Parts: sequence; structure tokens; C-alpha cells
Amino acid sequence: MDDLIKRAKELLETSAVKVVIGYEEGTGNKTRALFAEKPEDAGKLIFDSRCIQNLATYLTKKEIKEKGKIAVAATLPVMRSIIQLASEFQINDSNVIVLGLTPDNKLVEFGNLVDVETFVHKFQIDIDERNKEMLDKLEHMTQSERWKFWIDELAPCFKCYACRAACPMCYCHRCTVDFNQPQWIPVASTEIGNLEWHMMRAIHLAGRCIDCDACYNACPLAIPINLLTKKMLLDAKEHFGGYQPALKGDHLMSSYKPDDKENFIL
Amino acid sequence: MNIDKRLVRKDSLEKLFDILKQNSKTIYAPSTRNGKTTFKAAESWTGVSSDYIQTTQSSKDVAFPRTEKILDYSKNKDGMSVKGIDLKDIPEVVLWGIRPCDAIGIGELSSIFNWDYKDEIYNNRLAKVTVLGFSCNKSDEYCFCTSVGGNPGNTAGSDILFTRMGEGGDYIAEIITEKGEAIVSVASALFEKTDISEKGKYLAEVPVQFNHEEIREKLDKFFESKEWIEQSLKCLGCGACAYVCPTCACFDIQDEAHGKNGSRARCWDSCGFSHFTIHTSGHNPRDVQSARWRQRIMHKFSYMPERLAVYGCTGCGRCSRACPADMNILEHLISIQEATV
Amino acid sequence: MMDNLYMPYLMRIEKITYEAPGVKTFMLKFVNEADQKNFSYKAGQFGEYSVYGVGESTFCIASPPTRKGYIECTFRQTGKVTNALSGCEEGSIIGFRGPYGNIFPIDEWKGKSLLFIAGGIALPPMRCVIWNALDMRENFKDVTIIYGARTVKDLVYKDELKDWELRGDVKLITTVDPGGESPDWKGEIGFVPTIVEKIAPSSKDTIAIVCGPPVMIKYTFPVLAKLGFTDENIFTTLENRMKCGFGKCGRCNVGKVYVCKDGPVFTLAQLKELPDEY
Repeated sequence: MDDLIKRAKELLETSAVKVVIGYEEGTGNKTRALFAEKPEDAGKLIFDSRCIQNLATYLTKKEIKEKGKIAVAATLPVMRSIIQLASEFQINDSNVIVLGLTPDNKLVEFGNLVDVETFVHKFQIDIDERNKEMLDKLEHMTQSERWKFWIDELAPCFKCYACRAACPMCYCHRCTVDFNQPQWIPVASTEIGNLEWHMMRAIHLAGRCIDCDACYNACPLAIPINLLTKKMLLDAKEHFGGYQPALKGDHLMSSYKPDDKENFIL
Repeated sequence: MNIDKRLVRKDSLEKLFDILKQNSKTIYAPSTRNGKTTFKAAESWTGVSSDYIQTTQSSKDVAFPRTEKILDYSKNKDGMSVKGIDLKDIPEVVLWGIRPCDAIGIGELSSIFNWDYKDEIYNNRLAKVTVLGFSCNKSDEYCFCTSVGGNPGNTAGSDILFTRMGEGGDYIAEIITEKGEAIVSVASALFEKTDISEKGKYLAEVPVQFNHEEIREKLDKFFESKEWIEQSLKCLGCGACAYVCPTCACFDIQDEAHGKNGSRARCWDSCGFSHFTIHTSGHNPRDVQSARWRQRIMHKFSYMPERLAVYGCTGCGRCSRACPADMNILEHLISIQEATV
Repeated sequence: MMDNLYMPYLMRIEKITYEAPGVKTFMLKFVNEADQKNFSYKAGQFGEYSVYGVGESTFCIASPPTRKGYIECTFRQTGKVTNALSGCEEGSIIGFRGPYGNIFPIDEWKGKSLLFIAGGIALPPMRCVIWNALDMRENFKDVTIIYGARTVKDLVYKDELKDWELRGDVKLITTVDPGGESPDWKGEIGFVPTIVEKIAPSSKDTIAIVCGPPVMIKYTFPVLAKLGFTDENIFTTLENRMKCGFGKCGRCNVGKVYVCKDGPVFTLAQLKELPDEY
């Protein structure tokens, strides 16, 4: 992606940013994150359909933030994450420049986050067919069938927390599972313990998940935990109206309106 | 020492599996789920995968489970009653299908659990395991066993090592230990006498990529290097590498209470987690990811060789394959070897 | 019962002493006589004390091995387990695993003078070796103890401090931080390193044992160096996050050393070889 390389070089040469985060060739046919701090490193930047890691997760990493202003090569899911992070006051225009990579492979540089938001709102968040099918299947199971499904699916989970680490929205310095007074979620990996962890994480993502599949892609055991977060997304759509990350406006789980329908309780 | 070598026809593997099952052995074999191959108790031959270069997870949980109960307690009016676990309940296990790198890893893991203090729970579990290793006919870009003193046909750590003689071929079986002989004795018809002994030509090519002695010496002077920061920028601080690794042994001890009763368990942990070393006061000796990444490499390639006379790495490459951020340990080690101090 | 490394001894809390705000001392006796008979330890070693259902916490054994029949530990209420321990009553049963770690080489110190320097809640790890030395007082030349805390209330082992003061064969200097004194305070006022510099104990044939919060240690070592103490003659005991206590869980691994196995007692010479990760 020559445009991207050229622009990244410029930003680094002029010290407009201290680091450009993008993708480079990884092991085998994989790609991985690149942190270009010198203009010549920008030459390693690539972009193609293999680049699916959500780079927004690095925007809240202490060691990266400390470097100064960051430019990030952002696909649509990354842009969505950036808007959501901005709405949660984790990043703002003074520390991030978004180098947008559009769905038709063009580079678009945004002047500010409002422009990113305008772009992002042109596209709906849609669950893909295969997962829609799976969610439908789950919907039509009885409660005990669904319980058995999840206990079985989550049984191999060994709580490596790769899902948490890869998710841009999991940026808490001290995660709920890291508290021991009280120990909200048990530490050890057991059948019930695994379920507790994933259910808790899914609920913490309600209204925040933008369906990037980073959690599923990160899981070493390819457990379809993204089904839980996708379900949260659909529920949010159904009960609280349309679903888009937005710089301003109510946060789903932290706003209260007297006319909240709460069909899921009543 | 002359190792007893036998010929095992390719169809005999299924027969061996069935015989072992009939002898009430729990067989821990690779099986594929969601596209990932890991070890689990196999009910039948049809569930056993054979077309894998390496499994996603190691088989260390056969002796070091991810969660191991170490005691039960119960409060009553007379005080407290505490019970340890009953070692008699540990089943006999046949570990089927591990690679030579993993077989060596068992020894490296055991050295940690027997360093001065002997962990008898671990030792008892391991004592009940018979290791049926399978040499590597193929390798990929993640493998580097030969750089850490191993090789794709290494017999160390296996009770029997099977080497397939080419695609769709029969197997040379090397009977290495008494446990291996015990397996042969329950299925002797399947282990035919043979003159075939040369297995080298069937093994995968795994070029040596670094010199582990050089790296070990380099690491003694490398603690303050900025390289650790550069290498770990993309690390996300999860525990995937530690959990899939055959030699990582870091653990936590956690209690769970249910009213008046409860238990204490030993469970996997990782030095890569940000809170691994945090004190209750809030002081964290390793509070940046670069320090934690450095700890991983130093521990495996410098501290363990120094204190336990074994490396903490078998070159299986699982950590790199499992890493969601593509932290390729082989690349990082080569980079350390090439770096100027 | 098989040899289970993780299995604690059952201990009964015989006596609870309230030392300072948030700080208690437990006197513990083994529930099983046989455990008591077979148990032995040396000054410097520590244990994992547990509240069943809550967890384990690491403290030194604060009583000297010269006193038989019980062990003592002193802790500050800080986290989950210490909070639970604090809620225990006399007669409660807790668990104890140990003894772990290395020892103060007190036999090698015979014939020398001893200088103990401690701050705040770090007196407990030293109390064991102080009493051990005092129980064989004739083996040592001069014994000096310099102990300080933030305020008068925070001084621990108040009764024993009186004992040491009145003994006649110990020079005890207590101090509180500036502003921490009470109206009737008769001791020194000043941070521990400052008082050490003021008292200027002789380094001739003397072993210094120092324990305290990181900031106190950081400023005390240079003072001792100025007074002529060599790194090999300065001992300290390290606090670190520990879990297993026997060198397997990895938490206390610092450089090539495991604090629970190769320590927690280190000389300054040994400490200087460790990376700054503790």
C-alpha cells in the first residue's frame, strides 16, 4: 500500500507522530502489528485481506501511549473501536491520527475523530451469515441444551485471557478477575469457572463490542466466544435501538432512562 | 546401548489402541476440534488425529493439570478437618502421539517439580504415564528443536518411539524403557521383529537456527538491552504462550470456599500477566511488558540451565503458533544472538 | 497421609497480641503433638500461613528457635488473607507450611558484635534472630538495636522493646519519624538512616542486619558503607510476592535466584548481583 507507506514516512519524518502502528509480514502467511518509529521502518507496512488483528488494542497499552502521538492504520473495525475508545475517554484527537483503510482498499486520512465517526456511520454492523446461523440455532435451543452447549464449548478453555488481551475494549488496568477482595470470578480454570469468566466479559462488552472477532481470532483453542459478544450486540440492537459506536451520546450499560423497556427482565 | 527395534504395520496402530483400551488404559491422544488439535482422553480410534505437525497445547496437563485440587477442608464444631488428595485414584494413562520435543519437555518440567523439594502429586501422576512418542516426518517454520539440543527422531523421554517410514508407510518402533516393554508384552503380535533400523531418512529436516550456548552467554550481559522493549511492543500480555508450553510450570494456589467446606487448588499461571509479581502494597517489580518478556526468555535460556541444568525450551514452536500477536520466539532468539551488546 | 508438599500443618491460635494499628502477633501451637515434636527451624526462615477457604500469606517465623513448643508470626492487615487472619479469634485453627528459605548464619557471627537496624513492620523478621542471639548472648560482643517507626503507635513489640532496654547487655535506640513523636516520647526523633548516621556504630568486627521498607534500606546502606561496613557483612531479608515457598511457582524468581529458596536472607554483596526486580 504505497499511499500508506508514503504518508507514514511523512508523519515520522516531520515528527507529527512518534509511532505509526500498522501491519507487516509475520510468520508464514500471517501478518502482525508493526510499530514504525523511524521513517525507514514505514517501508515494511503492508495491507491486504490477511490484516484482521484489531490494532486499536495497542492504543491503550501503557508502553505505546507513553511514546506520544500515534498514527494508526485503521480498517473499518479498527475505526469503530477507535470511536468507541474515544467515547470512553481513552483516546482523543490530541494523541491519535487515523489513517483509514477503506473497505475498497483506499487510504483516507481523517482530520479528526468526528470525521472518522461520519465515515464509520456509513456502514452498518452486520453479523456474517455463518455466525447468524449459529446464533439462530442457539436461540432455538432449550435453556438446558444451551447450557450444555456452552459448558462443552468452554470446557477446553484454560483462561489464558488472550481474548481479553486482544480486545480493544478490555483495557482495564485491573480486570475484574484480578480482584481478590472479593474474588468475583474464581481464578482456576474449571467448567463453571470458565463459564463465569466468559459470561462476565460478554456482559461487560454489551453496548461496546463492535464485532471485530479479535477475541475469537486470538483464542488458541478457537473457541467461538465471539458468539457471546455477537449475541450481546444483537440484544443491544433489539432492546436499545440502533447500534453504532458514537463519540457523544449515552452508553448503553451506564445510562438510565425512565422509559427503558427492559423486556429482558419483565 | 542397543535399542530393541520392531516393525509395526500401519494397520496395527488401531489394533494396539483397541488392545490398550481393553486393558482399561486411559489413552490421551490428539483429537481435532474447531480446527485445533489437542490432547484429550480418546474414546475410540476414530477420534484420534494423526495428521498434525504439532498439537496446539502440550500434553503437560497429564501430570500437571491446569487445575489440580491439593486439599479439601471442612469446618466442624470440633475444629477443622483437612484431607489431601488420594493418589490411589490417579489412573494409568497412555500418552499417545507426542513428538520428541514434547518427550524431552517432560524431563524439563520434571526437573522443576523435583528441584530439591519433590512434588509427589506431580511425580505420582507422571509415574502412571506411558509415553508413546511419534517422530516427526514433517516440520514447519515454527519448529526449532535442533537449536535447543533436540531432533525430530529423539528417543529421550519416550517409552516407545514410533517412526513412520514415509507417507502411508509402516512404523519402526523403538522400545526404549521397561514401560515400553510392558506395552509390547500385551500386544506382542503387533510388534514384529525386523532388521530395519535406519530411520534418519524418514525424519523431517529441521535446520539449526541458533546456538543455544552462545545465547546463554549473551543473556548474561543482555539484561539492560533496549532490545527487550522493541521485541515486546506487540506482546499483549496474555498467558497463551505459557499455557501451551510443555515446560512452563508457573502456578497459582487458590482457595475456594463453599460454606463450611472448601478446597485448595494449584492452577496454571503465567509470568506474562501484568499482576504476576505485584505486591499487596501495589509495588510491582515487573510492571512493564518488556520486563516480563525478558523474564520469559531469561528464565528459559539462562536461569534454568544455570540452576537446573536443563533448558526451559524444547523448540516445539507452540508459543509462536498460539500467540495472537505473532511473537515468534525463534525470531526473537536469533535477533538476540545477532545483537551487539 | 502421603507426602503432600502443599499440605499445611494445623495450628491453633493460642494468643493474639495487638501490636500496633492493623498489626497483630499470633502465637501458634501445633494441633498434632507429633508435628510439634518433629518440627524444627532456624532464624530467618519463613512460612506460608493460611486461612482455609481464603488463601495463604507469607510471613517470617518471628519467634526464635531457642523457644520450643510454639511459633509466632506478626503481620499487618493489608490484603485478602491478612484481613481474614485478622478476623480470627484465639482458638481458631489456621494452616502453616514451612519452614522455608535460608537462614541467618548466626553461628558464623559468634565472637563478633551485632548491629540490628529495623523499620516499622520489618522488625518481626529480625525479632527471631535478635532473640536467638540474646538467648545465647555470651557468644557475641556488643549488641546494638536501632529500631524506628513512623509514629509511637506504630512501634511493634512494645513490651519487648522495654525488655531489651532494661537488659543492660543491649544498646537499644528507638526512633520515630519527625512529627511521629508523642508528648512523653523519650527516644530519638528522625528517620532510621539519619539516626544510624548519628549513632555511628562501629563497623569493627561487626555484622549489620538491616530490614525495612525499600526507602529506608536504600538510604541506610550508604550510611553503613560510610561507617566502614563491607557488603559481605551487611545482611538483609527480602520481602517478595511468594506463593509456593519452595521454588516452583515462579513468582519470586529474581535473576538466577529464587527468593524463597536462595533467600530470603541475603548479604548486600549478593543483593547487588541481582537485577532490580524485587
